[in-house]
Amino acid sequence: MNLRTLFYVLSAIFLGFLIPYLIATYLFNKEVLSPEQQLANAMWRGSIYSLFALGYALIFSILGLLNLAHSSVFMWGGYIGLMSVLKLDMPIWVAMPVGMIGGGLVAVSVDVIAFMPLRRRNAPRISQLISSIGASVILLSLATLIFSSTPKRFPQDSIDALPGTADKPLTWLLDNANVRITPIQIAIFVIPIVLMFLLEYMVNSLKIGKAMRVVAFNQRIARLLSINVGNIFAFTFFLSGVLAGAAGVLQGLAFNSMTPYMGATVALKGLTVIVLGGLGNIRGAVVGGFLVANIEIMSIALGYGWLSDAVVFSSLFLILLVRPQGLLGESGKMRA
Amino acid sequence: MDAVFDFLAPVGLNETNFQFMLIAAILGCSIYVTLYGGMFSLANAGFMAIGTYVSVVLTQRYDWPFVPAIIAGMVAGGLIAIIVGLPVLRLSDIYLAIATIGFGEVVVVLIRNFDRIYEEIFDKKIEITGGGKGIKNIPVTTDTLHLIIFLLIVVYFLYRMQHSRFGRALAAIRQDETVAANLGINVVYYKNVAFIIGAMIAAGAGGLSGHLNRVIEPDDYDFDRAVDILTYAVLGGTTFFIGPVVGGMVLRYLPELLRRLKVLSFVGSIVGRDLTNEQAAVDGIINGIVLILFIVYLPGGLADPQLWKSLYRRLRPNNTQKGAP
Repeated sequence: MNLRTLFYVLSAIFLGFLIPYLIATYLFNKEVLSPEQQLANAMWRGSIYSLFALGYALIFSILGLLNLAHSSVFMWGGYIGLMSVLKLDMPIWVAMPVGMIGGGLVAVSVDVIAFMPLRRRNAPRISQLISSIGASVILLSLATLIFSSTPKRFPQDSIDALPGTADKPLTWLLDNANVRITPIQIAIFVIPIVLMFLLEYMVNSLKIGKAMRVVAFNQRIARLLSINVGNIFAFTFFLSGVLAGAAGVLQGLAFNSMTPYMGATVALKGLTVIVLGGLGNIRGAVVGGFLVANIEIMSIALGYGWLSDAVVFSSLFLILLVRPQGLLGESGKMRA
Repeated sequence: MDAVFDFLAPVGLNETNFQFMLIAAILGCSIYVTLYGGMFSLANAGFMAIGTYVSVVLTQRYDWPFVPAIIAGMVAGGLIAIIVGLPVLRLSDIYLAIATIGFGEVVVVLIRNFDRIYEEIFDKKIEITGGGKGIKNIPVTTDTLHLIIFLLIVVYFLYRMQHSRFGRALAAIRQDETVAANLGINVVYYKNVAFIIGAMIAAGAGGLSGHLNRVIEPDDYDFDRAVDILTYAVLGGTTFFIGPVVGGMVLRYLPELLRRLKVLSFVGSIVGRDLTNEQAAVDGIINGIVLILFIVYLPGGLADPQLWKSLYRRLRPNNTQKGAP
C-alpha cells in the first residue's frame, strides 16, 4: 500500500472540509449545522465521486481522450447490479461484482463501437469526443427501452442482508452533536477506498499496470517493447467500466432510487473532479472527488443547496484560472 | 411559402420544423466561428440561454419591441463573452471545453435562481426569470423570414470570413498557435473576437428561438444543448462555411424523417414489442448510431468540398476513365 496516497486522501477529506467550513464561519458569519454530520456525508459522497472520476482519469491518462459515455456506463453498471438482485435474487455482495463486470463489458463495447474505428484512422480528438457522445446517447436510450424510465430501488431485505445492523444507524456522540451514519454509508466509503488502493497497486506494481504506463507514455515505444497496445486499450476501458459499475451500484444503494438519467448529474461532477485534481492523474481524481463533495455538502449545509452546482463549477473556474493544470497536475504536460 | 410546405408535407417538413432547422443552423454557425480558430468551446448553450432570457424578459416584462430586444440579447451575450473569454481562452483543448461546460452550468443555475438571489440580496420579491418553471405564454413573434434573414447574414459573414484577414488569422491559430504568434498575429485578440462573435450569434439564435417556443425553461440550455450545438457543426464540417448550416439542418430534420418513415413500428416488428410509447428512446438509439456512422465514415463532415468533388468525379456521366478495362 502506498502511504502517500492515503495521506493525499485524508488531507483532501479534511482540508476540503476545513477550508469551506472556515470560509463559511468567518467570512460569511454563518453557523454550520452539525459539522460532524456534514463531514460524514461528504466522506461517502466524495467516495462515489472519486470512484466515478477515476474511470475518466484512467482513460484520459492512457488514451488522452475524454470518454463522455462514461456516465452511461456508470448507469448501466448500476442497473446490471440492480437487475441481478431483482430478477436473479442474488445477494448484494454478489450483485456488486456482477454490476462491476457488467459495467466493464459495456465500457469495452463502447470502445469497440465508438473509439476503435476512429483510433485506426488517427482521427482528431474532437471527433472521438463526439462519437463517445453518440455511444452515450445509444446506451441511455437502450436503458430507457429495457429498464423503463420509472425509478427503481434495491429491495430493503437485500440491503438488510449486509453485515451490521441495517436500519439501525450507528449513532455516537461527538461532544454535543449526533452523527448519524448507516452501515451502508460506511460500506460506500470503504469500498471505493479499497478499490482505489487496488488500482494504484496494479498500475504501479503489476506487469499489466506497467504496460499501461508505457502505453500512456508513448504508444510507439510500447509497440517496440512488444506490448499489445490494442489489448491495453481494451483493458483500460474494462477497468474504467469496472470502477464506474461499482460507483453505479453504490450510488443506487446510497440514494435508493435509480433512473436511467442518474448518470447525467454525476457526469458533470466527474468532469469537475478530474479537472480539479489534474487531468489523467489518478491521485488527483481521488482528491478532487472529496473536494467537490465537500464543497457541495457545505453549500447545502449553509442553506444554499439550490446554488450548490453553481458553487462547484465556479470553484472549478477559479482553480482553472490559477492552476490550469489542476491541483495535482504536472505543469506544461498536457497544455498547448 | 405555404405552397412550398404543402409540397414538402409528405416528407415531414412543415413550417415549424423548418423554423427549428433554421435555428439549429444558426447555432451550428455560432460554434463554427470558435472551432475555426481551433478553440474547443462549449459555452454556446450558455450564451444562447443569456440571449433568450434577456430578449424574452425585455419583450414580456418591459414591453420592448421585438427587434431591439433581440439585439439587446445579442449585446448582453457579447458583453458576457468579453468578461468570460479573457480569462478562459488562456486554456486550451479539453481544459477549455470543461471550463466552458462549467460556465454553461453556472449560467443555467443562476438563471434558475435569479429571482431568489435577488430576493436574498435586496429583500424584495420580484419575478424576472420565473425560476425553474421558466416563462410561459410567450406570443410567437419570430417569423420564418426573420430566421432566414439572420441565417443569411451569418452565412455571409462566414463566407467572407474564409478569405479575410480575420479568417486567415484564425485558421493560422487553429493550425499552430505558437507559429501564428511568431507570424505577428495577435492571438489573444483574434481568439477573443471569435469567441465574442460566436457568443453573439448564439445569443441571437436564442432570442429568436425564445419567441418561437411559447415556453422557455432554464433546463433547455444545459449540457445536452451544448453537445447538440457541437454535433451540428462537427457533422457538417468545421472547415467550410456551409458545413454548420447543413449539419444543423440535417440533424434537426432527422427525427422528423424517422417519424415519417414509420421507423418505430418497423423496429417494433423486428423486436417483437409494441414501441409506440418509446418514441424518444428509439429516436435516441437511431440518432446515436447515425452520429457514430457519420463521424466514422465522413471525417470531413457532410459539407466537405473534397468529398463531394470526389463523388462527382466518380459519378460523372462522361467519365473519362470509363473506357479503362
